[in-house]
Amino acid sequence: MAPMASRGTLVLRAMIRSPETIGGLVLLTALVLLALVGPSISPWAYDQKDFTALLSPPTAEHWFGTSQIGADLFAQTVRGMQKSLLIGLLVAVISTALAAVVGAFAGYFGGWADRMLMWGVDLLLVLPGFLIISILSPRLRGSGFVVLVLLLAVFGWMLTARIVRGLTVSLREREFVQAARYMGISGPRIVLRHIIPNLSSFLIIDGALNVSGAIIGEAGLSFFGFGVQPPDVSLGTVIAAGAPAAIPHPWLFVFPAGVLILIVLSVNLIGDGLRDALEGRS
Amino acid sequence: MVKFLARRLLNYLVLVFLAASLAYGLAATALHPRANYEERNPRPPVAAIDATLSALNLNDKEPLLQRYGVWVAGVLRGDFGRTWEGDSINEQMGRRMWVSVRLLFFGVVLGSVAGVLVGAYSGLRQYKPDDRAITVVSFVVLAMPTFVLGTALAIGATWLNRTLGVSFLSITGESTPGLEGGFLVTLADRVGHLVVPTLTVALGQIAAYSRYQRSMMLDVLGQDYVRTALAKGLRRRTAMLKHALRTALIPVATFFAYSFGLLLVGSTFTEKIFGWHGMGAWFVDSVTRQDTNAVAAVSLFSAVLVLLAGLLSDVMYAALDPRVRVS
Repeated sequence: MAPMASRGTLVLRAMIRSPETIGGLVLLTALVLLALVGPSISPWAYDQKDFTALLSPPTAEHWFGTSQIGADLFAQTVRGMQKSLLIGLLVAVISTALAAVVGAFAGYFGGWADRMLMWGVDLLLVLPGFLIISILSPRLRGSGFVVLVLLLAVFGWMLTARIVRGLTVSLREREFVQAARYMGISGPRIVLRHIIPNLSSFLIIDGALNVSGAIIGEAGLSFFGFGVQPPDVSLGTVIAAGAPAAIPHPWLFVFPAGVLILIVLSVNLIGDGLRDALEGRS
Repeated sequence: MVKFLARRLLNYLVLVFLAASLAYGLAATALHPRANYEERNPRPPVAAIDATLSALNLNDKEPLLQRYGVWVAGVLRGDFGRTWEGDSINEQMGRRMWVSVRLLFFGVVLGSVAGVLVGAYSGLRQYKPDDRAITVVSFVVLAMPTFVLGTALAIGATWLNRTLGVSFLSITGESTPGLEGGFLVTLADRVGHLVVPTLTVALGQIAAYSRYQRSMMLDVLGQDYVRTALAKGLRRRTAMLKHALRTALIPVATFFAYSFGLLLVGSTFTEKIFGWHGMGAWFVDSVTRQDTNAVAAVSLFSAVLVLLAGLLSDVMYAALDPRVRVS
């Protein structure tokens, strides 16, 4: 009998079989490379202005063209990509971790923590996090993007937590959890060592999809001027600056928006591929 | 069923009250209308600013709870207070809410109906070329935030107008100012202004609903009762519509309520991009202008819309799922 392949190998094989996932991975790798290498291959810095080329269409000198004040669109776009990718990754990790812990504890122990969680989720459905962060934004001027990351994470974890809670409620009655309980293992330890690891496939999928959600959320806030503040640059601020003049000068919009779409698309493809591979649906 | 709906309504009302209070509290602490007066030139004396702000219930030197009390009492009487410049919020809201409703109504109806149909079709044709094409398109649309989709459609509409040499599709405002003509001319003008913004709202909805409906449909198609329906000799069409689609619609009804808040956020971008003076655009402008009462009013409005969407989804749920009506 051949040795059984480990779960990790099986998942990897299932992922490689799906062309969408491979496409997503290749695309995302290329985009991350572009974001990392871009600033050093570009002849212009993101905060440099070329006063001899205002509103220039893409040329050999300015690969993505220039803006009304002569800023190089390529340098701005790759700089924005760095920030957007960083924000997306940080928000997804923090919010998914928060959702896993709170959701699993609420589902396992029930009681007031559980009720608070359900109410919090319902409240956010009525008053979306986007509106709350917008309202808070005038107070956040000058506090840097870390505060924005924390806010996006604080308002991004509740829906995931609700699903984690539901999954935990059904896991609670499973044999391995009961066995652990009868062995005298404490509740918090069961949650951390037995429940959350059992939800890992869901959490990985959801974490991946939270990355694209956070990138879109940040870009949307920045579009209104409620998110990343100058002199910082994100894809949202670059698009916001270009969108009003997009009809006469399409390069101002097409390049940063195209990059944003490609990032979100690749992350979503990977998330979907992970779901098929981990949940055995295909 | 009436009891079920009444219980849900009560739950929603408490939620809306809490959400609106939270929004007011946040707006009253984070926004700073005083700054608008202090920036005036010549700068008014502090006492004058205080008096004006107090009259508008915007004075940050008064305790928050007291301002909140005045605001709640006003809202319960149907008075949403005044903007920082002293204009009536009710008046603006009465005008702006219908702008938003006109934008959302067609977008939501078109988006959800078309999305469900496309998704159900896609599920029935799993892995056939048309299903693949629908999947690819919906993935691309889902990767586009509203402001990218809206701007892209605006560029597309301008290009189309130029290519065809007509100016039917308009991308600014709700109607052409000072347009002369009869009912038909006005109607055509309105429709021309409505098409692109409506598509912006609807396309994202179609993509989201079609993905969701497709996976629900696939879950249902493997069920015993669908096989039974086919085995007892129902035509495929009847079996699919009455047995498969009907059941697969139930979770989508819940999804409608869940996604409505996000839809409102998305329509904020649509209104700003296409110059519609609706509630979403007002929200963004009011945050920028530090206008506490207006921000609170828009938040309350959006909470009420989410409540209505929730109720509608409960009605759909009850209509689709007989178990709710019996118990």
